[in-house]
Amino acid sequence: MPNILMPALSPTMEEGKIAKWLKKVGDPVKSGDVIAEIETDKATMEVEAVDEGPLTAILIPEGTENVKVNTPIAVIGEADALSPPALRATSPVKGEEKSGAPPLSSPLAGEVASRSGAGGGPTPTDPEIPAGTEMVSMTVREAIREAMVEEMRRDKDVFLMGEEVGQYQGAYKISQGMLDEFGPERVVDTPITEHGFTGIAVGAAFGGLRPIVEFMTFNFAMQAMDHIINSAAKTLYMSGGQMGCPIVFRGPNGAAARVAAQHSQDYAAWYAQIPGLKVVMPYSAADAKGLMKAAIRDPNPVIFLENEILYGKSFEVPKLDDWVVPIGKARVARAGKDVTIVAFGIGMTYALAAAEKLAAEGIEAEVIDLRTIRPMDIATVVESVKKTNRCVAVEEGFPQFSVTSEIAAQVMTHAFDWLDAPVARVAGKDVPMPYAANLEKLALPNADEVVAAAKGVLYV
Amino acid sequence: MVVKSAYMARKAGTRDKSELKNSGFTPEEEIQAYSDMLLIRRFEEKAGQLYGMGFIGGFCHLYIGQEAVVVGLQMAQEEGDQVITSYRDHGHMLASGMDPKGVMAELTGRRGGYSKGKGGSMHMFSREKQFFGGHGIVGAQVPLGAGLAFADKYKNNGRVSFTYFGDGAANQGQVYETFNMASIWKLPVVFVIENNRYAMGTAAPRSTAMADQLGARGGAFGIPFEQVDGMDVHAVKEAGDRAVEHCRTGEGPYILEMMTYRYRGHSMSDPAKYRAKEEVQKMREEHDPIEQVKARIIKGNIASEDDLKKIDAEIRVIVTEAAEFAQGDPEPDVSELWTDIYVTA
Ligand SMILES: Cc1ncc(C[n+]2csc(CCOP(=O)(O)OP(=O)(O)O)c2C)c(N)n1
Ligand SMILES: [Mg+2]
Repeated sequence: MPNILMPALSPTMEEGKIAKWLKKVGDPVKSGDVIAEIETDKATMEVEAVDEGPLTAILIPEGTENVKVNTPIAVIGEADALSPPALRATSPVKGEEKSGAPPLSSPLAGEVASRSGAGGGPTPTDPEIPAGTEMVSMTVREAIREAMVEEMRRDKDVFLMGEEVGQYQGAYKISQGMLDEFGPERVVDTPITEHGFTGIAVGAAFGGLRPIVEFMTFNFAMQAMDHIINSAAKTLYMSGGQMGCPIVFRGPNGAAARVAAQHSQDYAAWYAQIPGLKVVMPYSAADAKGLMKAAIRDPNPVIFLENEILYGKSFEVPKLDDWVVPIGKARVARAGKDVTIVAFGIGMTYALAAAEKLAAEGIEAEVIDLRTIRPMDIATVVESVKKTNRCVAVEEGFPQFSVTSEIAAQVMTHAFDWLDAPVARVAGKDVPMPYAANLEKLALPNADEVVAAAKGVLYV
Repeated sequence: MVVKSAYMARKAGTRDKSELKNSGFTPEEEIQAYSDMLLIRRFEEKAGQLYGMGFIGGFCHLYIGQEAVVVGLQMAQEEGDQVITSYRDHGHMLASGMDPKGVMAELTGRRGGYSKGKGGSMHMFSREKQFFGGHGIVGAQVPLGAGLAFADKYKNNGRVSFTYFGDGAANQGQVYETFNMASIWKLPVVFVIENNRYAMGTAAPRSTAMADQLGARGGAFGIPFEQVDGMDVHAVKEAGDRAVEHCRTGEGPYILEMMTYRYRGHSMSDPAKYRAKEEVQKMREEHDPIEQVKARIIKGNIASEDDLKKIDAEIRVIVTEAAEFAQGDPEPDVSELWTDIYVTA
């Protein structure tokens, strides 16, 4: 007789609570009947039966918490079933389509956790935070939302537009609650027409507004590339300085988990190549909030690259009325004297984890979070390299013609005489992102590659 | 009568095309439509289950509810006609005669999958079955499908391209650029709009002008269009016959707006809070494409309940075998990371 197993109702779910049984033992169950309600960390969802037959036994009573995925929770049907136990979820959680870590039972277990894992380690105090400031823990998702909300309260010309930003509360729930506060004139749901709505937003910016354009993911911004580059980035120059374009293009960028080649690209290097654009890619929630506020106030088009895996990660954020982090300034995230590791965005997770591993072997790495890709704060990098004489640059994007190749070139130009080894680079592999779990893992950089690169430049 | 599922029949190559031209279904066609739709439904249920168990990752978009569209149109096609669609592609692949094992193994990212595990649910292809994907970028398949038709016309091979897209995709500008070119160049392409009334969480009227008149948009380009009850496989097949006739006789493109409905969320992690449960329930109860055919089969004494149960059992075996294969097949060899990036001479 088939068991009904505790279903994974989102890729990140590992356990849940049986909130309610909607069928009793002995009740007939038809395919499609809702048999139970299950609470995950994010939502309450209904579970439908696939198999038919009487509910023979309930193995886990309602109210039970922390039931692990794939635990048998009930038994259904007669003994002869052609198909094995079946369950299906009609709901889960957050965004469009989720992503994040699959349940522990899958071959990817632990992978995403390590990619978004806490960096730890001693962090020098950020000079921008006044002493005695209270810190609050918040996720990157909340930080980006707070920044947008604060700026929209401050300036009536700021508005948000994009697919599913309003009624659906954001494909990745970044704009949750914003429609309620600001109404449909300022939180604008668009059709799936990236080229069209980007053109309209750029026109609105020419007309004096300050649009924030959410791309559901930056993969879809390729549809809008012409307006981002030919219209937003170049018009100021072509108009002899008359036609500025104060606009923020934002959304998740880079690999999530198992969404394959068309949904996994990191575009940092693409945009960073264009004069007229600024490109920001924060790692921590504090930087996400402060840089988002700076981006909205900036009179230029700013590409704000977020990361889906970082959205749910919590960081300390200073509790200040107006926390603004300047665009174009890197941050020393961890001090060290032996080797400089330069990273940004999710690359920081590998850099910080590597620094931790290196510390265990007595190697002190200095980790620099670039935060802004364009304009790049190469001075902070060079200053560090003059101290350590060695440099490893890390990114998740493709390796050729990349952000790290630019870092290598800049360091060579500005710190050649201080280098004791060629700059080493760790990047995504030079292949389209594969779907298979094992190949995806190989395609992405990891902390061990950063450790190996650091040892390489130290010749140890 | 002896009931043999259409899936098996097709594998054995016994389909007789001339028969399909008649309006109204023969008993064999009724059974074929029933089995083909049921195969898709059972396959998708299984895929949902494997997703819940963590075997399938990333995005997984189920086709449950829309089965009559691909099955009806498949019955109007001839060998060699091409099919191209979006990421909601499992049904199209099964209808194209692709092996459920290979499709399921791609969903689990294994080496026996149609893309060797490298494409996943949204990106799968079979040149052999003239299935050209599986595309993750909304609307992108529309000019690609017209390009297939361009090649057909160029080669004068008599083939027709079936280019599927959703109500949401109908708002992408490239769709209209394509309509224009398909019309002036008289490309043999059937544009199939699967109007399932939602694009993710957006009900069509919220994002789309004249949301129940999407086919009519082709009218501005001089492309003939029809709106079809996409829950009724008879209506779909008949409209498909007219469209194919138009294309094959060199008259150019044709638009079929299929009014259909997806029962499940947009993807596996969509709670579908944007529509009333009653709406879904009503569709299932009153318009289910499989139930409609089943009722006709029983009423017309084409087969008995028992016969249909046997078909279901047979299909469940096919699907279970596919799932077992997809779980047991190894992941791709790690060397595959570096293959298929360029064609090497
Ligand atoms: C260019 C682009 N923009 C956005 C997305 C995200 N997205 C994936 S499916 C989808 C909805 C499409 O709806 P529709 O065309 O009606 O097809 P359905 O899912 O109903 O089959 C969206 C917005 C995408 N994949 N590509
Ligand atoms: Mg739709």
